[in-house]
Amino acid sequence: MDIKSQIVAQFKQVAQEQDKRLAPLTDDLALLDSGLDSLCFAIIVARLETSFGTDPFSEDEDARFPVTFGDFIRFYENATK
Amino acid sequence: MQPNNPACLRSSIIAAGKIVAENKIAAARNLQSRILAGLDTKATWDELAHGSILQGQSGELQGQSIVVATIDQFRATAALIELDGVARRIVLYPPDLPLEHLPYVVKTAEADAVVTDQLQIEFMLHGSTRVVLCGKNIAPCNVGTGAQVETEWILLTSGTTGNPKLAMHTLASLAGSARQTDPTSASTVWSTFYDMRRYGGLHIFLHAALSGSSLVVSSAQESTADFLSRAGANGVTHISGTPSHWRRALMSPFADRIDPQYIRMSGEIVDQAILNQVKAQYPQARVAHTFASTEAGAGFNVNDGLMGFPPEILTSNPLIEMKVKDGTLRIRSTRTAFRYLAADNPVLKDAEGFVDTGDTLELRDGRYYFTGRRDGTINVGGYKVHPEEVEAVINRHPAVVMSLVKAKKSPITGELVVADVVPKTPLEPISSPAITQEILQFCRAELDPRKVPTAINIVPMLTIGQSGKLVRRDA
Repeated sequence: MDIKSQIVAQFKQVAQEQDKRLAPLTDDLALLDSGLDSLCFAIIVARLETSFGTDPFSEDEDARFPVTFGDFIRFYENATK
Repeated sequence: MQPNNPACLRSSIIAAGKIVAENKIAAARNLQSRILAGLDTKATWDELAHGSILQGQSGELQGQSIVVATIDQFRATAALIELDGVARRIVLYPPDLPLEHLPYVVKTAEADAVVTDQLQIEFMLHGSTRVVLCGKNIAPCNVGTGAQVETEWILLTSGTTGNPKLAMHTLASLAGSARQTDPTSASTVWSTFYDMRRYGGLHIFLHAALSGSSLVVSSAQESTADFLSRAGANGVTHISGTPSHWRRALMSPFADRIDPQYIRMSGEIVDQAILNQVKAQYPQARVAHTFASTEAGAGFNVNDGLMGFPPEILTSNPLIEMKVKDGTLRIRSTRTAFRYLAADNPVLKDAEGFVDTGDTLELRDGRYYFTGRRDGTINVGGYKVHPEEVEAVINRHPAVVMSLVKAKKSPITGELVVADVVPKTPLEPISSPAITQEILQFCRAELDPRKVPTAINIVPMLTIGQSGKLVRRDA
């Protein structure tokens, strides 16, 4: 599975587990409008760390937070290059 | 009136307003904007100090113990202004604390009345305690402005047994270091992501009220985007919150709606990443982090932009004595809480008058860093999780022999809950995902989502210390 598919799968999985209604995952979707809360994002980042072996949020102290879903994917694509 | 030891909140607000008005630096347009702005309500400090949100009923509450349990933050702050110096005791009931704790709080505080905007409280207490409904707006009324009593301010903190602990302060202990009016007061607009019923928020509220600055209060009914937009529209210059608040704000496309000059973080361990990210988003702002707590009161500010703090900060303020003993920070000052109200709560101060914050510190390369809580509470975005409670649920699963719940660091919420689980019989690799899912379902049915482990590791055994207790060490 490529990075984007894994991220999409994780968003869906966590939304289901946390009983959240997930907005359609388009590249320009603002993360705060995705229907997920901070806890969901924390879980997603922790699980992606297990999958990819990297947590770009913690590894780059100067990283800017991604704002849209597309930013989020690029954040991981850049980190796993 | 002593400005540093306010007689009562109402008279101090009036006094601060006069000083700001007389201050030639204060432009007339700013005087009009000295307000407390709620989600859909606004009032000037002067209107608040001369008005009533309790529909004129505060006279009947004189000398009584009052629980303020409103959903709306604006109403709560208005009620605090109205009741300080009138009521014997006011209890700040946070809006996110489940109402099931209300009877315990009413009993422990020996409350005579509950001030609220929630009708269901009337049904809950079924006549045992007076319920005073507050209005939506401030009505002008003829009120005295001098303090009749020194009111006890009771703040609630989460306790280990489920019931909150009630920590007693006074206006003087809460507001002690709140800077009084200065030439910039009139042009300062404070805001905070915190709720005013929590120490971090209350501190900002009192600071703004006693210095005559404007204040924009947040609302639980408002999204981060809406709050940032409203704060921006009100010209917020100074704003505080926890690192988790700030991480959430930076994720918002509306982060650029505010243009603060000063940003303060407190309430959780501040890491270098969040300091840098806030600085990158708001390059013109001074970014500080603060140590303070409900029990220990005010601590210190760190202004050098780095996580942790230099040891000399502990001795930099003659009014606040701080030391590290047995690995945790201890504070003695006139700003600490006096005591817990409930007799069965632990003693708040040691024999020398120091409050143990329970926050553990590590000295590395000449700088102190916070490492966590000595009692091992896991802090998920400001929400405290006691590992033992989660373990108790996991351990009830028939396939589990024992478990250790611990914190995993998260760049989003600070910490997350994870669990090591020891199965009764060694599991075939094929069956462990199924068992893990069962345990998680077990937890979801029983626990708040923040307490449910985000990962479960099946391990052969856990380390048990000499005391017979599990050795706890965070992941």
